[in-house]
Amino acid sequence: MTVAMAPRPAIAEAEVELALAPETGRIEVRDLSLYYGAFRAVREVTMTIRPRSVTAIIGPSGCGKTTFLRSLNRMHELALGARVEGSVDLDGVDVYDPEVDPVQLRRVIGMVFQRPNPFPTMSIFDNVAAGLRLTGRLPKGHVQEVVERSLRRAALWDEVKDKLRANGTSLSGGQQQRLCIARALAVDPEVILMDEPASALDPIATLRIEELIAELRETFTIVIVTHNMQQASRVSDQTAFFTMGADRAGYLVEMGDTVKIFTNPTQSLTEDYVSGRFG
Amino acid sequence: MSATGATVRPAAASRLGRAALGRRRDVNDRAMRGLAFAAAIVCVTPLAAVIAFVTINGIGAFNLDLITKGPKALGVGGGALNAILGTFQMVPLASLIAIPTGILGAVYIGEFAGRRSARLIRFSADVMVGVPSILVGIFVFTFLVLPFKQYNAFAGSVALAVIMIPIVLRTTEETLRLVPGALREAALALGVPVWRTVLSVVLRTGLAGILTGSMLAFARAMGESAPLLFTALGSRLVNVGNFAQPMDALPLFIYRNATQPNTTLNQQAWGVAFLLMVVVLVINVSVRARSAGRRVG
Repeated sequence: MTVAMAPRPAIAEAEVELALAPETGRIEVRDLSLYYGAFRAVREVTMTIRPRSVTAIIGPSGCGKTTFLRSLNRMHELALGARVEGSVDLDGVDVYDPEVDPVQLRRVIGMVFQRPNPFPTMSIFDNVAAGLRLTGRLPKGHVQEVVERSLRRAALWDEVKDKLRANGTSLSGGQQQRLCIARALAVDPEVILMDEPASALDPIATLRIEELIAELRETFTIVIVTHNMQQASRVSDQTAFFTMGADRAGYLVEMGDTVKIFTNPTQSLTEDYVSGRFG
Repeated sequence: MSATGATVRPAAASRLGRAALGRRRDVNDRAMRGLAFAAAIVCVTPLAAVIAFVTINGIGAFNLDLITKGPKALGVGGGALNAILGTFQMVPLASLIAIPTGILGAVYIGEFAGRRSARLIRFSADVMVGVPSILVGIFVFTFLVLPFKQYNAFAGSVALAVIMIPIVLRTTEETLRLVPGALREAALALGVPVWRTVLSVVLRTGLAGILTGSMLAFARAMGESAPLLFTALGSRLVNVGNFAQPMDALPLFIYRNATQPNTTLNQQAWGVAFLLMVVVLVINVSVRARSAGRRVG
C-alpha cells in the first residue's frame, strides 16, 4: 500500500523541504549503562543508529532491550531510582546534557508502546491531535490538516475518515496501534521508538504494521524492539543483538546489517540465538 | 478372603458415615444461610424504615410556604427558607474549598509522593473520615469563631470542608489509581509536560470517579449538623451572602424545630427532613447509578 500524499500543496511543499533538509535523526550511543537503583539492567552499550533506516533490537527476555529503548528518549528516568551512565547523542547533542529538556526531547523522539494505548476519553481525531494540543504548539486551523496527514501516513485514514468523532478505543487492536503511530507522527518527530509494537496483535494486523514501518523509514529514524526474529529480519536494515550477562545485566553482543546478523554473524552467541539454539 | 471383607467394610462404613454427616451438614447449611439472610435484612431495614417514616410524616408537612418563606418574626409558622438558602450557600462554599484541595491532594499522593508519605497521607485521611464531626466543629470554633467573638457562616463552611476533604481525597485517589500507567506514558512520550499529562489525561480519564466522590462529599456535608452547632450556629433570619454572620442549615432547622413543644414547628421539622432526605437520596442514587456501570479503563 502506498500513502497518498499528493492533493494538498502545503503538504507537498513540506515534503520537498524535508527531502532537502540535511539528514537528521542520527543517534550515537556511547558506553551507556542503565540502572534501576543498585541493579544494572544494561551494561556499556555503544552503537550508532543510522538516520532514515530501521534498526531492530533483538534478544532474549530480560536482556534490557526495552530499558535501552526507553533510555533513548529519557523515558527510562521516569522509573523510581533509575540512573544513567554514558551518553546518547542525537545529531551531536547529548540528550542527557542538563541543558536538554526531556519534554522537548520526547517531541523529537516519539514512542509507540507494546500495547495500543489510545486515550480512552478522546475521539480518534482528538487522539491524533492530542500531542499538538497538549503541547500547545499549533494554531487551531492547522490541526485538521496535521490529523489527516498523520492518519494517512499511519495508513489508517481510509478506515476512519468517516468516523473521526468515534472513540479511539472503539477501533480494533491493530487499528488502535496505527492510531497510536499516527498520534506519535502528528508531533512531527525525527525518531520513532517502537517497543514490540505488534506483539499484542494478530498476524494480519502485524503485517500492516510492518508494511507501515517500511514506508515510515523513508522519513523517520526507526528503532524497533522485537522478540520476533522473523519480524526483525523482515523490517530492519540493521540489527542489534542483546543478551544477558552473568551479572544479569543486558549487553550488546553484536550489531550490523540485518542480512549479515542473520546469515553470517561474527559472534557465536548471535549465531546460536538467530538459529534458535537458545533464547 | 477376610482381607477383602476388611477392605470392603470400612469403605461401606465411611460411605454411610458421609451420608449421615451430609444430613447434619445440610441442616447447618440451611441454618447459617437463614441467619445470614436475616442479618442482611436487618442491615437494609433501617434505610427502608427511615425512608418510609420520613416520607409518611414529612410529605404532609411539605408545602409551598416551607420553601418560599422564612420563619415568622413573631410566633410560629412561616417556612424554612433561611435553612434552605443557608445550606445551599455554606455547602457550595465548603465544596469550593474542599473539592480542589482534595483533588490536588490526591494528585500529589498518586503522582508525586513517595511510597511512605503517600501511605501517611492516606492513613491520615482515613482517620479523618472517622473523627466525630462535632470535634471538627469545636476545632474550627477555636480559630474562626472565638477570635471574632461571633458565630459565622464562613466558619460553618470551613468545618464542612474539613469533613469533605478526606472523602474527596480518598475517592479521587482510588480513581486515579485505576487510570492505567500506559496512558501517562503515552502522553509523556508525546512530549506533554507532566502537569499537562496529569490535568488532561489522568484527571480527565478519572473524571467520572472524581465527580462521584465530590457529589457524595457534597451530600454528606448537607446532612451534617454537629460541625455547624459551634460555627454557623443557625439563625431564624434569612441570610443571603453575609458569611460573617450566623446562618441556618437544614439539619439545624430540623433539630431546633423538632425539639420545640409546638406541633406546627414539629411539622415543619418533618417537612424539612423530607426535603433533605430527598435531595441527599437523589444525589446519592443518581451518582452511584451513573458510576456503577462505568469504570475507567
